[in-house]
Amino acid sequence: MFDGLTGKLGGIFDRLKKRGALSEADVAAALREVRVALLEADVALPVVKDFITKVQEKAVGESVLRSVTPGQQVIKIVHDELVALLGGQLTDSLPHTNPPTIILMVGLQGSGKTTTSGKLAKRFIEKERKKVLLASLDTRRPAAQEQLEILAKQVGAGSLPIIPGQLPLDIIARALSAAKLEGYDILILDTAGRLAIDEELMSEIAAVKAKAQPHDVLLVADAMTGQDAVNVAKAFHDRVAVTGIVLTRVDGDARGGAALSMRQITGQPIKWLGVGEKMGGLEPFHPDRLAGRILGMGDVVSMVERAMETIDKDEAEKMAAKFQSGGAFTLEDMLGQMRQIKRMGGMSGLMNFLPGVAKIKDQLAKANVNENMIARQEAIILSMTKAERRDPELIKARRKQRIAAGSGTEVSEVNKLLKQYEQMRDMMKQMQKMQKSGGFGSLLGKLPPGLMPGGFGR
Amino acid sequence: MTEITETTSWWQRLKQGLSKSTSALTQNITQLFTHRKLDQAALDELEDILIAADLGPATAAKLVADFAENRFGKDVTDSEVKDALAGQIEQLLQPAARPLVVDESKQPFVVLLVGVNGAGKTTTLGKMAAGWADQGKKVVLAAGDTFRAAAVAQLRVWGERAGCPVFTAPEGSDAAALAYKALEHAKAQGADLLLIDTAGRLQNKQGLMDELAKIKRVLQKIDASAPHATLLVLDATGGQNAHSQVKAFREMVAVDGLIVTKLDGSARGGVVVGLAEQYKLPIVAVGVGETIDDLKPFDPREYARALMGVEG
Repeated sequence: MFDGLTGKLGGIFDRLKKRGALSEADVAAALREVRVALLEADVALPVVKDFITKVQEKAVGESVLRSVTPGQQVIKIVHDELVALLGGQLTDSLPHTNPPTIILMVGLQGSGKTTTSGKLAKRFIEKERKKVLLASLDTRRPAAQEQLEILAKQVGAGSLPIIPGQLPLDIIARALSAAKLEGYDILILDTAGRLAIDEELMSEIAAVKAKAQPHDVLLVADAMTGQDAVNVAKAFHDRVAVTGIVLTRVDGDARGGAALSMRQITGQPIKWLGVGEKMGGLEPFHPDRLAGRILGMGDVVSMVERAMETIDKDEAEKMAAKFQSGGAFTLEDMLGQMRQIKRMGGMSGLMNFLPGVAKIKDQLAKANVNENMIARQEAIILSMTKAERRDPELIKARRKQRIAAGSGTEVSEVNKLLKQYEQMRDMMKQMQKMQKSGGFGSLLGKLPPGLMPGGFGR
Repeated sequence: MTEITETTSWWQRLKQGLSKSTSALTQNITQLFTHRKLDQAALDELEDILIAADLGPATAAKLVADFAENRFGKDVTDSEVKDALAGQIEQLLQPAARPLVVDESKQPFVVLLVGVNGAGKTTTLGKMAAGWADQGKKVVLAAGDTFRAAAVAQLRVWGERAGCPVFTAPEGSDAAALAYKALEHAKAQGADLLLIDTAGRLQNKQGLMDELAKIKRVLQKIDASAPHATLLVLDATGGQNAHSQVKAFREMVAVDGLIVTKLDGSARGGVVVGLAEQYKLPIVAVGVGETIDDLKPFDPREYARALMGVEG
């Protein structure tokens, strides 16, 4: 998400930075481009106008235009306004109340409420050690209740037994008493998708809210939502007083402007981002970091956090210890690194966090740096014998042919991999030398091996 | 569900839906043009209004520029503006109004529904099945979404409603294998149509897009001309990302047409105007509700006029 917007804004700002002096007309021209970039990113028109006005007021002041680096100043103003628009700092993910904490999920059809309910349950169970009950009030979409029941099983949450034909309000009563009697910490109520203009169903959701008295009302919205985000946010906020927003499918290539619109209209924070279809794909939302990502400044903090969460610590320590004691880098180590990267969301997942990557995305695509390449390289290494992996010198012409055949690749690809391996090995050696002379060692020990550079030269 | 009768034009219902959302739009235009010269400020406002309907900044700018030609500086009335804009949008959409033609020489005629998650593929498939079953066709459904929990169960319910057999495989199994077996099965049964549902996939997920290409490949092992219609389901609520969706799905599986869903909401789906112009793809049907007969052919005149709030 946001990559397209990042690329566009990056281009505008690059031109701005190149100029020594800026006139009001320069700023106005740049902001017109920003306006179109935001609109193409589906930020709602009133929000865009408001944003541009604020930036313009601040940017055309004497102090900015007369400063030594006016371009940089303007970018900083845009960044600060974006952070403000996105909601400043991270907010608490869970209200503190007497159990059970009740969370009500609302939104349009197909926005991802049921999947998000399952993801939230998993997160609360695993990260906060809570006991979670899932209950579906969706009596309209065929098999919606079954879907939530299956997800509950997958993530180890409790599930309210389905009674066919029972009405939402009666299901709530049952869910509340079950949550209390069975000692659940959190009760997540999934609801049917509804259109903001469907009066009958909007009254129903108001009644559901009155009956359930939820502590948190999460509006679930698709990152692909267009200008209608404003109407949706307004309608739901008016009827059920939304307390937070979940933006789903942020792993798509939608520019996600709806996030900005909904946040602005409701005044409530974006709390979670839904990433992918697996139950683990839910991230807390960090407004300041995202603003950096939108402006192409990267989000290295989140990347390191992701690394910490997903990297196998034992393996990482083993590897670090091995290098510190002067061990050689083998193909097995390289395989380990590839797997770490895959676990962290693949190359494309990681790239999104890095500064400036949006601008070179096209080149990367042309250079074929993609997930397929990692998978093929993995297959090549897996087609080698253990002896070969430990001592690649063994691999000569005949063996290369066998490996290529075994992995469904070409000999040229095997050669490429071996060359890449040699580069990495040489680099590791250099690092080990530096470590001995004392300059680099402490850093190397701390870096997770999946993050070591060099694996993706051509 | 009960008050919906055949006599209620679905366009009336669509217009009710649209009018709720376009009332702001048309009010704006009314205020704008009742007693006014068509100057730059007026055109800017008009452009904003179109942008708010999801037409996108580029399409909106183009429409307004075309509109301003010959009219700039003249006195214009409210109805003239609305009529003219509706007319322009209708013209843009006219080439897109081509319903799906079922080639009866294909036994079965294979329809593949593709799209991002939550666009409304399964619901649309259920409605299509009912429509053809009503015409006395023998329809087989294939529950190709083997990924999402309970997607198969959801399609089964639609199958029951439409009275069509549903060909399924266990959750997590290979969608291409299921499609292959479903086609074999439908052929053996002498079915007229096979409708294949697929799992929702974001267009930038290469692996999932490859899977779609594979489904198509294996179908062609049985019938080299299958699938006979690959339809991309688009959510009207979505914004400009629809461009990226059309582009990516076209590259992967040669999309033959679009279905726009959730047009009964407050979203206007204005992005189709730009899509129609750029890709010349037919809009074979639109979804206007959750009941089984809420799938209708696309009428550009009615759509454009409903969008602009022009009667008739």
